Order: sequence, then C-alpha cells, then structure tokens
Amino acid sequence: MSTSVAMHMSDGLLNATTSMLFIGVAVLGLAVAAARARATLDDRTAPMAGLVAAFLFATQMINFPVLPGVSGHLLGGALAAILVGPWVGALCVSIVLVVQALVFADGGITALGANITNMALIGTAAGFLVALALRRLAQHGRAGLVAVAFIAAVFNTVLASVGFVVEFAMGGETSFPLGTVAATVIGVHCLIGIGEGVITALTVGAVAAVRPDLVYLLRGTERPLELRTAAGVAA
Amino acid sequence: MRKRGFFIGFLLVALVIAGAVSYLADSDPDGLDHATMVGCEVVEVDGAERLKGDCIAQRAREHQLSSSPLADYAVGGDERSTGMAGVLGVLLTLGLAGGLFWLLRKRSTT
Repeated sequence: MSTSVAMHMSDGLLNATTSMLFIGVAVLGLAVAAARARATLDDRTAPMAGLVAAFLFATQMINFPVLPGVSGHLLGGALAAILVGPWVGALCVSIVLVVQALVFADGGITALGANITNMALIGTAAGFLVALALRRLAQHGRAGLVAVAFIAAVFNTVLASVGFVVEFAMGGETSFPLGTVAATVIGVHCLIGIGEGVITALTVGAVAAVRPDLVYLLRGTERPLELRTAAGVAA
Repeated sequence: MRKRGFFIGFLLVALVIAGAVSYLADSDPDGLDHATMVGCEVVEVDGAERLKGDCIAQRAREHQLSSSPLADYAVGGDERSTGMAGVLGVLLTLGLAGGLFWLLRKRSTT
C-alpha cells in the first residue's frame, strides 16, 4: 500500500553530522520552550495544551490530496501557537513528533532532531510571528482571527519546508540537484499550506466561538470578542 | 461545567478524527515524500513496492521500529485497524502532553 518512506523525514536522508547537529538544535530549542512555557501554563491552560497536542496527532493522520499522486497533512505549528502560545505550542508539536517516531515508526529517529526543528521550532515560530504581526486584525472580530489563522498557517508550512531544504543543502545526498529538490519541496508545500490554512482557520474559529478565553492570541484583548452581524464584518 | 464540556468535546472531536475520519486519508505520498521520490518510479517486485531509479528516497533507511506493534498506524500490521491505532495515539499523546504540561504549570496559590 505504501512505500518504505514515512510521512516525516526518514533516517538516511541527512548525513550523521547534520542529523546530530539538528538533534542539538532541537534539544536546545525545546529546553528554552519548556522554560518559557511555564509562564503560560496554569490549571486552565495545561489541560487545553494537552488536548491541542492530542488534536494535532489526530489531524496529522488525515492526508488530503493536493496534486494528482501527492498528498499533504497538517503540521500544526501555527494552530498550536495561536491556541496555546509559541512556547507551549512548540512542545505540543514536538510531543506529537516523538510519539509518531517512537510508537508509530513514522519519521526517522536520527531524523527526529531535524523534523522537530522544521515542524515544531521553525513552523511554530513562523506561524506565531505572522499571527503576532497581524494581532490587531485577529482581535478585530472572529472573521479577522480566522483570516490571521489561515495566513499564519500558510507561512508555517512553507517555512517548515524551507527548513528541510536548508538541512538537505547542509548534509543531504549532494548528487541530487538542490534546485530541483528545493523547487519541488517548497512548491508542493505552498499547496499544502492552503490545506493547513483551512484546517487551522476552522479549528481556531471553532474554539474562539465557544471559548475565546482559551485562545492565546486573543489574550489581553480589552473587550471580549463579540459576534458581529454580517454587515459589520463586511464593512 | 461549561468549561469541562468544552474539553470533553475537543477530545471527542480528536478521537473521531483519529478513529474514523482517518480511513478517508489519502494514501499518496505527502509533499516531502513526493520530493524525495523525484527521479524514481514505484514498481512492483515480488508483490512489494520498490523504488526504481535514482532519487533521494533510495537513501531512506527502514525505520528501526518498523516492526513495533503500532508501526504505520496499524495494530499488529493490520491495515483495517488504523482507527484503533489512531485512538490509542490520541490517548497516549494526551497522557504524555497533558502530564508534562500539568507538571510544568504554575500552581495557583489560592
């Protein structure tokens, strides 16, 4: 049914030095994230963060078609960052990747550092920085928040794929033309980013409709998010 | 009460996605796999799929845990059990992540 390659980067695509280097990057990044995460985790947000990780695991199982013969699935960095903040979000994505690699044999074990760097660190940071830049729009109403979630998710996906290209350029099998690899990976991830954007927008929109207080990006909003009439949103 | 209802609802959505919607997932290679397979074609050899040609995926090594009980999102290699594997994965992830975040959280002093 499927070939030997898994959904995330397999072992053997990067040389040992590069794999080790990115294991170091991942460990360092996660240590910082864990230290910073404490500030936003309390009795209310800790269960939410656990559920976000579980939700990401579930959603990553759903590969959606993007081109004939090519699928894509959620990475989840922007989704996690918007709902639980960048530090906790990076930990959520990482836990999912660790469970996938160690329990479901999905994504290589020596490649785990590179996969965490791309999806949990780069993806989450990119998604969060875009969402932060557009925070005023997100706080303007639910349509704004949904739009910001979509845009942040697109950047999350594309930049995570750029992370793979950089790693491949540093320590990949160089007999393959880098330009072709880069164009294919980034091109396909622009399309996957649209799917990522739709799933992220739907999820963030649904949470904001029921519990806007649990959306990290809306914290510090002066007035509580209110539902607006169609005319108000369109204006 | 409303608070607990939201959390239970969120978990149920995740369980339904992993347990049921996962059967609808596209089995084509994802974007990254697709890129690593450029230059190769998938051929059938002795009933198994092999890669023919020169591509990055030819360098991919078999996963060290490929014979683990839940490898490839199936219980004991049975492809019909994807939903069960997904439900177990959701609960395991919730347990690990929830436990870690519960330990990391700031304790309220009240």
